Amino acid sequence: MAASGTQGPHAPQRAGRTPRAGGPSHVRRALVPTFTILGLIAIWQAVVDFGVIQRFLLPSPTDVLSALVGDWALIWEHAQTTLVESIAGLLIGVAIGFVLAVLMDRFEGFYLAMQPLITLSQTVPTVAIAPLLLIWFGYGLAPKIILIVVTTFFPVSVSLVAGFRSTDPDVIDLLRTMHATDLQIFWYAKLPAAADQFFSGLKISATYAIVGAVISEWLGGQSGLGVYMTRVRKSFAYDKMFASIVVVSALSMVLMGLVEVLERLCMPWKRAERKHQ
Amino acid sequence: MAGRDDMTATNADAAAGAGAASVPALEARGLEASWDGTPVVADVSLALEPGEVSCLVGRSGCGKTTLFHALAGLTRPTAGQVLLHGREVTGVPGSVSYMLQKDLLLPNRTILDNVCLPLLLSGMPKRAARDKAKPLLSRFGLEECADRWPSELSGGMRQRAALLRTYLMDNDVVLLDEPFSALDAITRGEVRSWFCGMAAELGLTALVITHDVDESVMMSDRIFVMRGNPQAHVPSMICGVVEVERTCSAAEAQDAGFDLTPQFISAKAAVKELLGS
Ligand SMILES: Nc1ncnc2c1ncn2[C@@H]1O[C@H](COP(=O)(O)OP(=O)(O)O)[C@@H](O)[C@H]1O
Ligand SMILES: [Mg+2]
Repeated sequence: MAASGTQGPHAPQRAGRTPRAGGPSHVRRALVPTFTILGLIAIWQAVVDFGVIQRFLLPSPTDVLSALVGDWALIWEHAQTTLVESIAGLLIGVAIGFVLAVLMDRFEGFYLAMQPLITLSQTVPTVAIAPLLLIWFGYGLAPKIILIVVTTFFPVSVSLVAGFRSTDPDVIDLLRTMHATDLQIFWYAKLPAAADQFFSGLKISATYAIVGAVISEWLGGQSGLGVYMTRVRKSFAYDKMFASIVVVSALSMVLMGLVEVLERLCMPWKRAERKHQ
Repeated sequence: MAGRDDMTATNADAAAGAGAASVPALEARGLEASWDGTPVVADVSLALEPGEVSCLVGRSGCGKTTLFHALAGLTRPTAGQVLLHGREVTGVPGSVSYMLQKDLLLPNRTILDNVCLPLLLSGMPKRAARDKAKPLLSRFGLEECADRWPSELSGGMRQRAALLRTYLMDNDVVLLDEPFSALDAITRGEVRSWFCGMAAELGLTALVITHDVDESVMMSDRIFVMRGNPQAHVPSMICGVVEVERTCSAAEAQDAGFDLTPQFISAKAAVKELLGS
């Protein structure tokens, strides 16, 4: 963002780094990873089918698929709980991260006070505090959402603070010569300057949200993919175990995809910038 | 009051542009501006007559931008005063229109919304601001670009958009910091002629920074020459003023071949001598 304010001399360098998306390279970009994944799945299938690894230790992809289809109703029910917890935790986490970032940007003292605390909060292992949260807040949704909030606010607030600080001071000076208030400077200059980094932080937070939900369900609860996983593990149903892993990955990717869609909607000017640089 | 001039202040505005005997549109008295306690410019006194285009020339790093920041009220001068039409505005941003060295178009707003910025910041509703700015786009050669993003425009167009935005700040005194330096030689002459015509038509009082001596002689009535070496703790001062004897208006200077006249050559020699080169 900040860099796009100073175009001119930098433009040719950028053009050199991002290759033009011509016809063949576009297709290649889609085909290469697709075939890599399909190839790995084929190897996996062969390894199990030819008995290199025992089927009860490692189910084959087709086993996983049939478990997924066969147990879909139950998996989907648990997935919904996980999804609700994740999205609720993510929204609250983003809101808290946003408020913290704004305060840290506005008040230098608050920034100095919070910076080490926020970093410290990230060094506490999730698995260690999850049981405590269960003891304090019971086995319902609350401890899970709190855990997700704790893990997701950090990437958001850190990326926002960095984004706010990346605002070109000359832009702020320009706005001041136009009688802008602090709120207007925030809205017109700082928020857009932070948008890029905010969305990168949000993408990280989105994956943390699903993983955080699963971990906390694992440690206790009545419903959710983490609960489902502990149950199928106890009955040695590894095909169902893998099926739920597939669903967890899929949920993470869907959530990341949603963030990306949101990013495109919020930043329509990025497309033009990519095309012209 | 009006310093050296012996006129009555009451009809100053009515007499603006009528001759030398008027209150200067912008006046600096004994201005000193510093960075981190080291004076960069010292004892700068200058007066701009209403409707006059003047240039400020000096070597790179001699403190031209620093002086502009003080004149525009973005930094408080360590000594001296700034007067706008005889009224003190020292340290008050927004009394004069200021175009900073970079075009500083906001990448997340279309060209129309970028030029509307001063109107929006002063509280004008979006619709009204657009209605006011739209007719001006064609005058600035931007009618095709209203809904484009800044990244889609050429350097010359961006510069015009920045000029239109500066114009919409609606002050009769404008400070322009190297407004044409980002342009190639050919575009530069065109945009400069166009700007001079516009300034004359609108009766703007302008002070333009340039480090190009030819450009300063082509476009201005008076040239303030700044000299000093702030890095070596020698604060810069205005070491002389060169009056340009014009044979034609600044807007026509390029086409009329003003740069081949003896008047041009003698003014240029005078500036160069003051610069010490
Ligand atoms: N942000 C800053 N902080 C400290 N010193 C500065 C800053 N900007 C400029 N200076 C100093 O002020 C001097 C004048 O800079 P500037 O006004 O930008 O020169 P010019 O516009 O004439 O090229 C420079 O020598 C530089 O060292
Ligand atoms: Mg400068």
